Amino acid sequence: MTTLSFPIIRRPMHPTGVWSWITTIDHKRIGILYGVTAFALFILGGIEALLIRTQLIGPDRDFVSAEVFNQLFTMHGTTMIFLAIMPLGAAFFNFVIPLQIGARDVAFPRLNAFSYWTFLAGAIILNASWFLGGAPNAGWFGYAPITGQAFNPGHGIDFWIIGLQVLGIASLAAAFNFIVTIINMRAPGMTWMRLPLFTWMTFITAILLVLAFPVITVALIELMFDRKFGTNFFFTPAGGNPVLWQHLFWVFGHPEVYILILPAMGIVSEVLPTFSKKPLFGYPTVVLAGALIGFMGWMVWSHHMFTVGLGPIANSVFTITTMAIAVPTGIKIFNWLGTIWKGSLDFRTPMLFALGFIVLFTIGGISGVMHSMASSDAQQQDTYFIIAHIHYVLFSGAIMAIMAGIYYWFPKFSGRMYDERMGKMHFVLMFIGQNLAFFPMHFYGLDGMPRRIYTYDADMGWTALNALSTSGAYLIAFSFFIFIFNMVKSWRKGEKAANDPWDGRTLEWSIPSPPPEHNFDEIPTVHDRDDWWARKRGGVKHGVPVSGGSGEGHAIHMPQPSFWPIVVSIGLLVGAFGLIYNVAVAGIGGGIAMVGIYAWAFEPVNEPDEKQPAHH
Amino acid sequence: MSKFRHRSLHLLGVLLTGLLFTLLAACSKANPQSTFDTLGPVSRNQATILYVIAGVGTFVFILVFGILAYTVIRYRRRSPDDPDPPQIHGNDKLEVAWTIAPAIVLIAVAVPTLQGIFYAANPPTEARLTVEATGHQWWFEFKYPELGVVTANEMHIPEDEAVIVELRSVDVNHSFWVPKLAGKVDMIPNNENRLWLQADESGMYYGQCAEFCGESHAKMRFRVVVEPRAEFDAWVARQQAAAAVPGDPLAKEGHDLFMSNQARCFACHTIAGTQKARGTVGPNLTHFASRQHLAAGNLENTQENLRMWLEDPDAVKPGNLMSRDAAVYNGQGEPLTEPQISALVAFLRSLE
Repeated sequence: MTTLSFPIIRRPMHPTGVWSWITTIDHKRIGILYGVTAFALFILGGIEALLIRTQLIGPDRDFVSAEVFNQLFTMHGTTMIFLAIMPLGAAFFNFVIPLQIGARDVAFPRLNAFSYWTFLAGAIILNASWFLGGAPNAGWFGYAPITGQAFNPGHGIDFWIIGLQVLGIASLAAAFNFIVTIINMRAPGMTWMRLPLFTWMTFITAILLVLAFPVITVALIELMFDRKFGTNFFFTPAGGNPVLWQHLFWVFGHPEVYILILPAMGIVSEVLPTFSKKPLFGYPTVVLAGALIGFMGWMVWSHHMFTVGLGPIANSVFTITTMAIAVPTGIKIFNWLGTIWKGSLDFRTPMLFALGFIVLFTIGGISGVMHSMASSDAQQQDTYFIIAHIHYVLFSGAIMAIMAGIYYWFPKFSGRMYDERMGKMHFVLMFIGQNLAFFPMHFYGLDGMPRRIYTYDADMGWTALNALSTSGAYLIAFSFFIFIFNMVKSWRKGEKAANDPWDGRTLEWSIPSPPPEHNFDEIPTVHDRDDWWARKRGGVKHGVPVSGGSGEGHAIHMPQPSFWPIVVSIGLLVGAFGLIYNVAVAGIGGGIAMVGIYAWAFEPVNEPDEKQPAHH
Repeated sequence: MSKFRHRSLHLLGVLLTGLLFTLLAACSKANPQSTFDTLGPVSRNQATILYVIAGVGTFVFILVFGILAYTVIRYRRRSPDDPDPPQIHGNDKLEVAWTIAPAIVLIAVAVPTLQGIFYAANPPTEARLTVEATGHQWWFEFKYPELGVVTANEMHIPEDEAVIVELRSVDVNHSFWVPKLAGKVDMIPNNENRLWLQADESGMYYGQCAEFCGESHAKMRFRVVVEPRAEFDAWVARQQAAAAVPGDPLAKEGHDLFMSNQARCFACHTIAGTQKARGTVGPNLTHFASRQHLAAGNLENTQENLRMWLEDPDAVKPGNLMSRDAAVYNGQGEPLTEPQISALVAFLRSLE
């Protein structure tokens, strides 16, 4: 093996410092990188939202120009979906799942690092457009033919196409990694029906990712060909059909919605039992409902296209399939209520966010059923009513659950406790803020305000409610100042966290906070669903407690850090700019990536010249 | 802590009540694009379905919120030493019940929904009038093929008669939407769509493009003028006539400028009855002065507004093709002078 290892650069061995983070392949560190980066991008998307809301605070405002407004809402949607909610989910997959299934790391640690760096490259590409002639301006859905060269000659759309392709590579790599990890690396005894709910939902999400991303990849390649090489998949003068784009986009786009919400449902399904001291009500049903949502998510895409003119038969079919998806969603909500019913409810911050999720996600679910009805949806499609719906589902749903998850696992990943008072303040302000911002949107939507308009007239009667929405948006922003302050302060000087501060139920609470690099001194044997809880309550006779670092960790064989994942990602970044500006540069980027892949392929897990510690 | 909780709950209650009243007050039927103010059979059918599902949805929300609120109050942990609650893992009967009950409710609301889909899709057989509506960046063109009328941004229809609107686009996706009359249907290039609508009362109805179509999407508006059959017929007769020949010397000067190679207005705009002005890129201006609005429903058709539009169209509708392509505006030719604009205003206002 020695002869095959790539000899140019010495293998990085720094245990601390910047280089240790750049070359890390530890799932916990990658999880933190994902979380911090995605949160920063969430703030960026939030600033875009505040600029949009400031423009709409009253009629006929010219705080930003029409063109900038269009760029802002395009980037707000793209950022929140691809650069904030998805990678925040990925942060949890990375940090939590190996711990929940009793594994030392993910199946492919270097691929995991590659996913993160490639995600960062995609984020850089998309946002670089702001400084290079203007951001994409055709909406996050990029409907043809307005994305065509004829209507959009600048590079904004090219940044959007290439950025999404690069993000797709990152997501696919991560999804395969998690599918393999969850199938192969579960601790002995952790059968599928003992798998923690969050891990289950992540598994379904990863499968959806693997199936959905190829569709958008194909659509984006066709769009790129239309723009660069004059093909006519979507552009009409030579007979292309713009409706084809809508089908491809939503065949990806609807499963994508479940990619965003299923991990959130998984987080809530962990938090509610812990703070109720009760097992999840109807575990098999909740798992099955999640799988059904994932499956049925493929049959409903045309409900985004009820006004496209597909005809009454198609609209009726998609009305029925969409209504049907409300059934498994309802099952989940009722099972969560069953979980807290007769529990011993402790209203810590994560619990408040999880309960808030149930209330507000229910509103989003109900407005979702309203949209499923194609006939009345003709009045709601493309209005602020839809904006209200997506924000109740993705902000009051996904982001609330992600906040629950951040507070819930904060002691585990930081080793410290957050400030409970500030956490509750964050919850109360954010809860009020989002209802002020999003609830009125239902009404001015039904009062005829279309979405994606940069201005409106005073006589339309939308002024008061728009002002209310804007004030709600500012309140949400303020609540996040408290959150950031709490996180920074607590991470630096918070009270030291115990291994198991919440009396948790799953394996991650059986090991120290923060966990040692190798996670488990000894891979646990699982005897029960909620195995750790069962051990603590003495329900299982054979269980051996696995808590506490025994100091033997150094004897465990762990893979070493690597430069090559980030090298490949840099190659993709360079290549992406090349595809936008200059094909020769794309070749250079491809070359860097190839060198990286080659070196990576022949790099041993551990350097043979290092002293090889004994296997455990 | 519990004092804090009660106070914040109280505050939340006050805020939510206040919010609800604001919403109800703001959601007035007087709003020009309110979907609650249903003045035609199609929008009425769609609103009825909305009321049904909104009622069911409110019931479901109250149920979920009620159970949650009760649980939160009744089962809160009173002391850290509370014993573990009973470890209930599920209840098959309950779970079957809350799977089947929503399914039955959904089947019940699906019936009127599907009826509504077919109702809106199939125009009544007695519909006589067909209008071809074409979306342009950023204005609407209306053609009456059987009547030989072409106009822009103001669609006239007779009261109480079903009208079929055929929907097309020449550039990007748009959507045709008159909220008080019917739900929207998209206008997509290379695809022919249609809808039908009918208005109960005479009056001026607001419409707006509902599919994002580029820089001035927000400014792509139109009006539907509903009038009794006799008035509609009279309107048609006036529109069928050739354009008025300007008598006033200033208007005559404007006419000449319109047809000149400096302004080149004729290249994009049609004025029926003239030899030269036959362009179809911009709105047909044959009877421009008979319209109540200009610039795609954005401005009332007054002398000052027309002047403002001709002085700087980009300020009214950013990115519009006239600002971009006409040499008098894009800096490639000699700009219009103030007297020239006055002449054009006089000419256009003579086109009754």
